[in-house]
Amino acid sequence: MENRITQINSSLYDQCIADYEVRSSLFAAEAPEVGAARAKAIGHFKQLGFPSTKVEDWKYTNLVPVLKENFELEQDEDILSVKDAVIAKSKIDLLDCYHIVLVNGKYRADLSDAVNVEGVYLSSITDAAARPAFKQHFGRYIDLEKFHFAAANTALFRNGLFIEVKRNTVVEKPLHLIHITTADAPTYFQPRQLFVLGTSASISIIESYGTDTNGAPVFINHVAEIVVQENAQMQHFYIQAGDQHARYVHHTEVYQQANSLYNNYKASFPGTSLWRNNLNVALDGENVESHLYGLYLAGGQQIVDNHTIVDHRKPHCNSNELYKGVMKDDSAGVFNGKIFVRKDAQKTNAFQQNNNMILGKKAVVDSKPQLEIFADDVKCSHGSTMGQFNPDALFYLKSRGIGEEKARALLIHAFAYDVTEKIPIPEVQSHINALIEQGLK
Amino acid sequence: MLSIKNLKASVEGKEILKGLDLEVKAGEVHAIMGPNGSGKSTLASVLTGKENYEVTGGQALFEGKDLLDLSPEDRAREGVFLAFQYPVEIPGVSNINFLKTALNEIRNYKGLPNLEAKEFLKLLKEKQKLLEFDAALANRSLNEGFSGGEKKRNEIFQLAMLDPKLAILDETDSGLDIDALRIVSRGVNKLRNGKNAFIIITHYQRLLEYIVPDYVHVLYKGQIVKSGTKDLALELEEKGYDWLKEDSKETEAADIMLPR
Ligand SMILES: Nc1ncnc2c1ncn2[C@@H]1O[C@H](COP(=O)(O)OP(=O)(O)O)[C@@H](O)[C@H]1O
Ligand SMILES: [Mg+2]
Repeated sequence: MENRITQINSSLYDQCIADYEVRSSLFAAEAPEVGAARAKAIGHFKQLGFPSTKVEDWKYTNLVPVLKENFELEQDEDILSVKDAVIAKSKIDLLDCYHIVLVNGKYRADLSDAVNVEGVYLSSITDAAARPAFKQHFGRYIDLEKFHFAAANTALFRNGLFIEVKRNTVVEKPLHLIHITTADAPTYFQPRQLFVLGTSASISIIESYGTDTNGAPVFINHVAEIVVQENAQMQHFYIQAGDQHARYVHHTEVYQQANSLYNNYKASFPGTSLWRNNLNVALDGENVESHLYGLYLAGGQQIVDNHTIVDHRKPHCNSNELYKGVMKDDSAGVFNGKIFVRKDAQKTNAFQQNNNMILGKKAVVDSKPQLEIFADDVKCSHGSTMGQFNPDALFYLKSRGIGEEKARALLIHAFAYDVTEKIPIPEVQSHINALIEQGLK
Repeated sequence: MLSIKNLKASVEGKEILKGLDLEVKAGEVHAIMGPNGSGKSTLASVLTGKENYEVTGGQALFEGKDLLDLSPEDRAREGVFLAFQYPVEIPGVSNINFLKTALNEIRNYKGLPNLEAKEFLKLLKEKQKLLEFDAALANRSLNEGFSGGEKKRNEIFQLAMLDPKLAILDETDSGLDIDALRIVSRGVNKLRNGKNAFIIITHYQRLLEYIVPDYVHVLYKGQIVKSGTKDLALELEEKGYDWLKEDSKETEAADIMLPR
């Protein structure tokens, strides 16, 4: 423990440090890029530990109760069987896609569709070690001095997925990644992903999350790195549903080059105890476009914490971020959106908006949009709102015979519509609308 | 159908309706006129159950049921409809989905199953045609970005779709140009039958040339101070309301209720 104020004292920390020592001889067999990243990361993790609420970015999300749950580190596992029903639950009706199933981070070809598309390479992260795109990009983009969990993951990840979409490859059908976590004792997992889109490549990736833990709590520290090279396009969907036994800290680091497009659509629903999402996008080339759409419907005692960083490094880029929250019951939300516009990034358009509907008497949202602008010729705006039902709208609906509950549901759908309408795949849109419906009950 | 007796209501502690009486029978069209602020919209709000309107006395029976005792949605399901003076914009709720939901809620209340998609579409087309209501508008978000006139037409389109027993039209004519007024009036006239009734709140006699009322009432300071036939509307148009104000002062002084 380096710093008793900013770190939480927990056995998990000690386990992590010990695990690194135990496995360090095995790391020598990995690609040198991975070994180097691990060595650097463990140093940072020793410094950082697990963040207490004294760390500014963790001010509103207290991990002490989570870390008290006696999590054990994941071990090397045999091939686990997974109930079909658990996988089926995440599937999207009528969607023509490739299903890719990962169990505790491990890519399971036996449960997945083969992706026989020229120019697409998909494998477990361990099998990717020799690939140039992997070596070139792995572990390159996350600032491990800042991100406690990403440091731990980088040092200690066991399983993961690598996807490479080669230059000029347009993948017509979306990939649907279904992440299943299964355990029968409290377990801490650290899966890892790297997606590399080559020049002018294009793909849609949907990611869903499911758990089957027999009541045991699981803590998933997930890290994804995404590289979108010149003129490439990625549509990326996160559908974050799950049960109360799961806690997620989920880091996505996106690195974009000139003329590329990255759109992220994230929807989270009641169930899971904790969603902490870090979504960082670096616009590191001219004419880059990024859209970040978020919808969080929170209920029960759930904590949903979205931190985003949009980093404009070069001129003539556009970013637009819209996060909308519907907070029921005793749920707690955090929105922290940083936009950096660096000195070089003239002619930047950067917009950010966070709107919340607070429905639960004890529900809260801490919303903090932050702009840091070092260029002078830019258009930027940000804002956040908190609201309740508009009584006039509610009355209007009721005056047409629509009952209280249905009227509220209609208004919540309407509130979410600014986000849901943006979802470009109709089946995904309907799926998310159905989850909203379900989440409102 | 509707029987209002000595209705008193206040908003934020201020009494707006001060003992109002009105009898509406099936098949009738009643016009309510009166200067701004006299309580016309308040009457509509009280009858449809808007919150913050406190009924302090009197009663309103609808088909023998105590209307004031029902929730707003149940009043609608029983067959009361208000075409709002200021329709609300609800971005994100599609007009069509809204109508389908409303229609089915009303049907379910009556013990009827949901309307089949095909039936619903048929009804939609039929009523669109009746009111020459632009299909593009029907497909948009509820009133979002509609012009004043379009919103009013949408109210009447909803009226046609929901087919209530009692329709209250609150200044539907304001914001409508003459062509739209004609179309809307023609639509309303076609919807008239012996079983339903209309209360038409308006400032202007113009609308009443198209939808000819059986009775005209003047609402002034929360009471109906004069009732008559459609000729009363003409008289009001010519003379304004000032002569009634004089009248009403006298009545107030004499503390006599004007006969309806
Ligand atoms: N929600 C409200 N809050 C406060 N005062 C109101 C409200 N609604 C109506 N009033 C008041 O009640 C009176 C009657 O208003 P209204 O019924 O809208 O008149 P009309 O429709 O005849 O023009 C006015 O003095 C108005 O200011
Ligand atoms: Mg009015």
